[in-house]
Amino acid sequence: MALDQNEVLAGLAEIVNEETGIAAEKVQMDKSFTDDLDIDSISMMTIVVNAEDKFGVKIPDEEVKNLITVGDAVNFIVNA
Amino acid sequence: MTQRIVVTGIGATTPLGGDVKSTWQALLAGESGISTLEQEWVARFEIPVTFAGQAKVPAAEVLTPQECKRLDPSSQFALVAGREAWADAGAPEVAPERLAVEFATGIGGVWTLLDAYDTLREKGPRRVMPMTVPMLMPNGPAAAIGMDIAARGGVRTAVSACASSTEAIANAITRLQSGDIDIVVAGGAEAAIHPMPIAAFASMHALSRRNDDPATASRPYDTTRDGFVMGEGAGAVVLETLEHAQKRGAKIYAELVGGAVTSDAHHITAPDPEGTGAARAVLAALKQAGAKTTDVVHINAHATSTPVGDIAEYTALKRVFGDHLDNIAISATKSSTGHLLGGAGAIEAIFTILALSERVLPPTINLNDQDPAIPLDVVTSPRELGDAPVLAISNSFGFGGHNAVVAFKTYVA
Repeated sequence: MALDQNEVLAGLAEIVNEETGIAAEKVQMDKSFTDDLDIDSISMMTIVVNAEDKFGVKIPDEEVKNLITVGDAVNFIVNA
Repeated sequence: MTQRIVVTGIGATTPLGGDVKSTWQALLAGESGISTLEQEWVARFEIPVTFAGQAKVPAAEVLTPQECKRLDPSSQFALVAGREAWADAGAPEVAPERLAVEFATGIGGVWTLLDAYDTLREKGPRRVMPMTVPMLMPNGPAAAIGMDIAARGGVRTAVSACASSTEAIANAITRLQSGDIDIVVAGGAEAAIHPMPIAAFASMHALSRRNDDPATASRPYDTTRDGFVMGEGAGAVVLETLEHAQKRGAKIYAELVGGAVTSDAHHITAPDPEGTGAARAVLAALKQAGAKTTDVVHINAHATSTPVGDIAEYTALKRVFGDHLDNIAISATKSSTGHLLGGAGAIEAIFTILALSERVLPPTINLNDQDPAIPLDVVTSPRELGDAPVLAISNSFGFGGHNAVVAFKTYVA
């Protein structure tokens, strides 16, 4: 069963908040992880691994560089 | 010394308190920071030693969750102590290129290292977090402080077991004497109350086994002493050239007048029974201070409460001071704090600094039956220092045959 986009966004926002302290409501679909949220590559890898665990999906390393915005990540997880 | 160097800030988190003030008050009150470990792993691994000196205030109560997530516990303690010391110094304005850090640890990020290995075995390499390496490296505590205060004059880490943070303070002298640096934040941290290091220290019979009475287990110089007690935490001092401190009107605790490091090349863990290496370190620190042995009125001893270590230090002191040793008041503060390994020298330097600035010597607790082979004048209740300027030293010795000594003097303008 496909995951719901809003649920994934909320879950991802929770992971981002836990890792970086960024308020969950700031984690929106159009925000860039690096440019808008100021998340570095080390935090990004931790977020990816935690998202894999939370949503039961596999996000290959070569895919991570394509996840520019929060929306990219949410859509990848929903469609995975 | 060509440049006079003064202490303008102090910070600590210890088994006695979460800051310098609460630690010092508890120390003067003769409290023990040692207690039974309540962690589930004590029973799970059947750890033979079931107590230690845990930090009175967990770092997680002081730092943000995100800071804790990216720092090994050793670096967390370092940051807590470093921030207190920096604020205490008045957060001095200094060119970042003229600000340095000398911050030590004995073991480094042992929690991070072993947790990551557990993760590797249980969940595979992808679950080993990318922050693992910067968290486990021994220079992590120094780097955490350096980043926090924007120190760009060099951030270094002395690693010499239980002599580490005294060596770090001695190393700071060289930096400040170079003329290139105005301020050094120096000290050390340790967070090794983990089942593996406890098991390892226990297997070499270095730890006290007084499981039924932890608060009295650390008993330097007592005939019934049976090993040291592990502690955790950190101490940090802000060291500054007198010129720089005066220019900004800083409060001055004491003057750092000497520091020296020697090595035994005798045995990897046992102290040289003749104490020659330790004696040379004391003499070298006094030489740098331009002081005579008879100038020393107080020593914060290494005194870990091991049967052989306490005697070896006495032998070294007797070698240096001869009959004058009878006139020197000795405090063995590990009796209250336990042994913070790479953080020990830093908190003991702070106790020595406070003894000079507050003019009171801290007590040694649990000394009920003094070993006749160690006839030192041990301070067992707070003892007032007179008004005259005095010189005091703090000793630290470490596995590997490391000897480090620092000398402080009452600040007189």
